[in-house]
Amino acid sequence: MDVSQYLEIFIDETKEHLQTLSDQLMILEQEPENEDTINEIFRAAHSLKGMAGTMGFKRMQRLTHDMENVFQEIRSGNMKVQPELVDVLFRGLDALEAYLAEIMETANEGTEENEEIINTLNAIAEKATGKSSGKTEEKVPEQKEKKADADEAKYKEIHISDYEKGTFDKAKKQNQNIFGITVYLQDTCILKAARAFLVFKALEDLGEVMKAVPNVQDIEDEKFDMDFSIIFFTQESLEKVKSTIESVSEIKKAVVGPYDIILDESAEAVKEESSVSDKKAETAENSQAEGAASKQPAKKAAPKQASQKTSKPAVGRTVRVDIEKLDVLMNLVSELIIAKNGLVSMSSANESRNDSGFNEQIEYLESVTTNLHESVMKVRMVPIESVVNRFPRMIRDLNKKLGKKMELHMTGEETELDRTVIDEIGDPLQHLLRNAADHGLESNEERVALGKDEVGHIYLDAYQDGNNVNIEVRDDGGGINVEKVKNKAIEKGTITPEQAEVMTDKEIIDLLFQPSFSTAEKITDVSGRGVGLDVVKTKIEGLGGNIECRSVLGEGSSFIIRLPLTLAIIQALMVELGKEKYAIPLGSIQTIEDIPFSDVKHVQTKEVINLRGSVIPLIHLDQLLGVEPGDFEPESLTVVIVKKGDRQAGLVVDNLIGQQEIVIKSIGDYIHCSKLIGGATILGDGEIALILEVNTLV
Amino acid sequence: MDDIKEIQNLEVANEGKQYIVVRLGKEQYGIDIKYVDNIVKNQRITRIPSAQSYFKGVINLRGEIIPVMSLRLKFGLEPDEYTNATRIIIIKLDGQSAIGIMVDEVREVVTLDEDSIEKTNSTNSSDVGIQYLSGIGKHDGGLITLLNMPAVIIEKENV
Repeated sequence: MDVSQYLEIFIDETKEHLQTLSDQLMILEQEPENEDTINEIFRAAHSLKGMAGTMGFKRMQRLTHDMENVFQEIRSGNMKVQPELVDVLFRGLDALEAYLAEIMETANEGTEENEEIINTLNAIAEKATGKSSGKTEEKVPEQKEKKADADEAKYKEIHISDYEKGTFDKAKKQNQNIFGITVYLQDTCILKAARAFLVFKALEDLGEVMKAVPNVQDIEDEKFDMDFSIIFFTQESLEKVKSTIESVSEIKKAVVGPYDIILDESAEAVKEESSVSDKKAETAENSQAEGAASKQPAKKAAPKQASQKTSKPAVGRTVRVDIEKLDVLMNLVSELIIAKNGLVSMSSANESRNDSGFNEQIEYLESVTTNLHESVMKVRMVPIESVVNRFPRMIRDLNKKLGKKMELHMTGEETELDRTVIDEIGDPLQHLLRNAADHGLESNEERVALGKDEVGHIYLDAYQDGNNVNIEVRDDGGGINVEKVKNKAIEKGTITPEQAEVMTDKEIIDLLFQPSFSTAEKITDVSGRGVGLDVVKTKIEGLGGNIECRSVLGEGSSFIIRLPLTLAIIQALMVELGKEKYAIPLGSIQTIEDIPFSDVKHVQTKEVINLRGSVIPLIHLDQLLGVEPGDFEPESLTVVIVKKGDRQAGLVVDNLIGQQEIVIKSIGDYIHCSKLIGGATILGDGEIALILEVNTLV
Repeated sequence: MDDIKEIQNLEVANEGKQYIVVRLGKEQYGIDIKYVDNIVKNQRITRIPSAQSYFKGVINLRGEIIPVMSLRLKFGLEPDEYTNATRIIIIKLDGQSAIGIMVDEVREVVTLDEDSIEKTNSTNSSDVGIQYLSGIGKHDGGLITLLNMPAVIIEKENV
């Protein structure tokens, strides 16, 4: 069978299962007796085995099979979870991830057998249970066979309501055969709904599907076990129907036989009662379907249903969309906004077109495009959970590797960020966490000597702050030793001793973000050869964000990453400098002030203003950007107060134009302009305005 | 389709390469036509602060933002004078984003065969400007300096 078309689904689902395995193994390590966890792991391993088998990934199947076996033994109480076992399982998990990575690259699982992991697993299982693991392998299918024999012709249990009976009479008059069919799918089938659909399609060529249990909607939603039953009208023979169904791949067997009507009084009553509300009827039907399912041997039904619940959480119905398609959609929305801005500027420029109808429509269009933009942005948002959920595992490994006891506390995993940011943010965060674990936290002995909790704590907090998302990586370790950094910087020639004298602690800490600067005395493979924080910083700035470090000696340090919520379209204040137009992102603007010249003070040759108690440095944008000055002499200064974190600055501009939704476009790689320019945007009249990067200004 | 391609290839083989001839001051330069995406009239250019001196700024070409470089400034000639003949040639190199170069005038398209092109040897020349040239073409009794577009456009790190 050609399974390549399912590869993507396989990859996605495997990722989910591997994540479940990882999460649950973490729990298992803490609570070796937790039955729910053990069951969860067993199910995940079982599903993985089935999926890998279907796709023909034999090595992957073998490894998961052995993992499953071990858990079968644990479940049946033949052995206990030991720390060595968890270690082996983690290694197994890594091996599975390696397989998956290989599959994603080449659509092939590679040739790594992971013999050693399998042997260790089996050795542990054998030691604990005192028998070969081969036996358990046979036991599982055996049980299943037995259950399957029990009651195959489930269609006999289908009940027919009164109004449905009419169609039966009609079919009989037309001399059609009425068959009951129960279709069994193979246990390894991963696309049950698709298979069921093929069965229905094949049957529709032969006759008419009268009724299905569970109902067709539920079958489409994969809300059924490995079998479903149908009542079918056809002119064809029983054998023909049977062979048609069995020709669909991954069908274990089809049981076909003549069907006798069973009138269902109770179901009919329920339906009549609820004829007003369709919803109720549906639940009734569902419960009927569930009733049919529960007639199966309970042992089999229970775990299967539970496993479906965990693999498909009860959230809204979703569609998987290629990110490129979203990018195209986003670009179209951008174009639309540019076109809308064009209309707006036309309508305001053309005073004669002063009829209110036109303006009303423009306003309506504006609100529609804004909503459209927001919706598209929301579609692109992904919780950062998908990035951070691998970190607990990483910290666990570091725990062992570094021999330090530490715990990771995460909050705000549900905070959402644009998909492109999510894809890029993983590495920088990982780097910061490793740094915190390796350099940040002291060794356990030191901690005890200092009177701190022996176990080190690392915090990863994500939260939304206005138009930004902040991610904070914090540790309660020793903090950054400013003197040490200073000496190192002097030694490396980054700064001169004279410079060091006048630098503030904050400025010195910022030196850490300079290229080639690592204060760790020894180089480890956990973190740093000195190509660390500067790379983190470049990456985050590439995403339009910034990073800041705060540290208190002896109490720990924290790195705060600020990322913009949206990447492509922002609200901005348009300002004029001479004859040029610039955009300042609204998110970083605090207030706009009119300052008389007399209020400008000089401190150390720098111009500052005193605004409601805080002293704010002034930045003359026209001088900074080399703009030709305008002709007019203003009576006062128009100052846009911007902020970055807790720092403020006043940008002096010539004129304010107004607030506008702008589409950020790159100015390309050819021009090496200063970091003051964050991009460009096209205004309504086709003119280009440059976007100021406030973060580098302040 | 393949037939057409073959014919085109044959033509190229027989008749040599096509060049767009542009004027900068009194000199004629040739740009290999395969790099040329579009030719547009001079339009409003937005200055980029603290960019390289030979970049005039960026233009809006049907919603795309495209940087514009002045060939005159790049080659160390007098600054551009804008006239009605001033054109921006949009160049697209493989795997690179588009870039515009400003010239005084676009004259014609010529076809030069191998024989009428004299290759320049850039290694044993001390002239800095020579790295931008790929050869000299002879046409109608005049000389055309053929530009090595990738070298003109792609910035060397030390420049």
